[in-house]
Amino acid sequence: MSYIRERALDLVIVLFGVSIITFMMIRLIPGDAVAIMLGANTEVTPERVAEIRARLGLDQPLLSQYLTWVSGVLTGNLGESIWTRRPVTQEIAAHVWPTLQLGILALAMGAGLALPLGVTMARLRGQGFDIGLRIGSVVGLTIPSFWLGIMMILLLTSFAPGLQVLGYVPFFEDPLGNLARLALPAFALALPILAHLSRLLRSAMLDALQQDYVRTARAKGVPESQVLFVHALRNALIPFVTSVGIMTGYLLGGAIVVEQVFAIPGLGRLILGAISERNYPLVQATILVVTVSFVLINFAVDMLYAVIDPRIREARRG
Amino acid sequence: MKRHSLVLQLSGAFLALVLLSALLAPLISPFDPLAQNIMARMRGPELAHWLGTDQFGRDILSRVLYGLRASLIVSSAAVALALLLGGTLGVMAAYYRGLTDRIVMRVMDVLFAFPVMLLAIGIIAMLGPGAMPTAIAIAVVYTPIFARLIRGPAMVIAESDYVLSARAVGAGDMRIITRHILPNLSSVILVQTSLMLSAAILVEASLSFLGLGTQPPEPSLGTMLSEGRNFLLLSPWSAVFSGLAILIAAFALNLFGDVLRDTLDPRLRGNR
Repeated sequence: MSYIRERALDLVIVLFGVSIITFMMIRLIPGDAVAIMLGANTEVTPERVAEIRARLGLDQPLLSQYLTWVSGVLTGNLGESIWTRRPVTQEIAAHVWPTLQLGILALAMGAGLALPLGVTMARLRGQGFDIGLRIGSVVGLTIPSFWLGIMMILLLTSFAPGLQVLGYVPFFEDPLGNLARLALPAFALALPILAHLSRLLRSAMLDALQQDYVRTARAKGVPESQVLFVHALRNALIPFVTSVGIMTGYLLGGAIVVEQVFAIPGLGRLILGAISERNYPLVQATILVVTVSFVLINFAVDMLYAVIDPRIREARRG
Repeated sequence: MKRHSLVLQLSGAFLALVLLSALLAPLISPFDPLAQNIMARMRGPELAHWLGTDQFGRDILSRVLYGLRASLIVSSAAVALALLLGGTLGVMAAYYRGLTDRIVMRVMDVLFAFPVMLLAIGIIAMLGPGAMPTAIAIAVVYTPIFARLIRGPAMVIAESDYVLSARAVGAGDMRIITRHILPNLSSVILVQTSLMLSAAILVEASLSFLGLGTQPPEPSLGTMLSEGRNFLLLSPWSAVFSGLAILIAAFALNLFGDVLRDTLDPRLRGNR
């Protein structure tokens, strides 16, 4: 119980810190942020600057700006887009699904393939195999996902011209077209996850296989497959699950770049478009929403961690 | 042991080759990376241009070498700054404990809560695109990672007998930190710097690919890749080789850090 309470306190502190940093983003822009914003689209006149400044509340004292902003955020009002004056939450809602779907597919692919691969790698330990494995996993970790995406597009268009691999269609309009278009970007995004997780699982499995309970299980004649998948894997899954939580941060960042390669209209496109038209409130809100989701996902993973491993609940303090 | 040092030497030699060819780009590049030659546009690999030419007839090999150099300069500056900031904070937190530790690590937790790419993009959105803002953004994003990585081992060392003895004979904080704690952290630092540099190269390339990093016409691997993408079907070479160069550089650094970690940490030997 104390573990959960402590983690909840951590969560509140981190969220508060995230809100401060995100809030300060517009205020820390060197020079006059409002003039820079206006400069992207229209003429900068003192009247326009004063108008926008008042609209964004930038003429208020800092503390009251923050309080207004936070109370807005807590009630679902993240501000409005400088140019369209639409609530930024609407813009975000319109772009969140492709990114979310891409992330989930990539995670499922990476983690799903890492499970059998990691277990197999732990079983097939050997010198030559180990060297190939190390090189393979380092390549998987360091291959730029956007380059991999571009190379896959290049290969596909050379060997199967006419196949539609770019863009996005909503799943409920055309399920097959949706999955066909997301398969390549999801794979490009999943490869580093696959490399990382399968390697992690392999060493966790090797650790687990040396434990006494595995020897006991073998000694009393439990079939080898059951030893691997029940006794060893269950324990090896603990670091695996933590890592999956941390991977979501990579996924959210990587998706921004991969979306650009595959012309997927997700959050990455939204934030890059917002940056190029210097729509700072939209940039700020997108960063806030994505980061808070990431923090909450990791909080959920920590809770899950305590469920999988009862020892954690009490022992892992401080 | 023998096999380990051989692997370490091989990966070190590979890394040295990559670093040297980037640093010596001005000496070994066959052409000026910015010189256009409209008559020889979009050539494939040939004798005069080993990796071909791009849409303006610029030599791809020369551009890749210069681009690699630019990427390495930005990434190393970023990692050096992150190491300095994060390392100082991590050692301070470990050495002074108590309130210092709590405050420093809380701030690091908050920075760490942002997805890497997203915070980097946010910082560049504030500072404007360019090589310098990219280096600053990567440095800020990696500072909490270094602080966390260094705090743990620094804490162990700060409690060790020789630090206690040093304090007993009257050594001051600065002396203990610089003479006893830092030297013992050097292997952790070396391994992590190599791994983080590998990751920084990928982040720098991603940001340049998105148009936020090094600006054209300066050759940069990320911008080459994004420009090359527009001519993918006419002439894929610029895109192919710029991405390959990013992969090779990140691979060499990551492999070296990985092998070095195993060599320095005997507990991992035979386990990975």
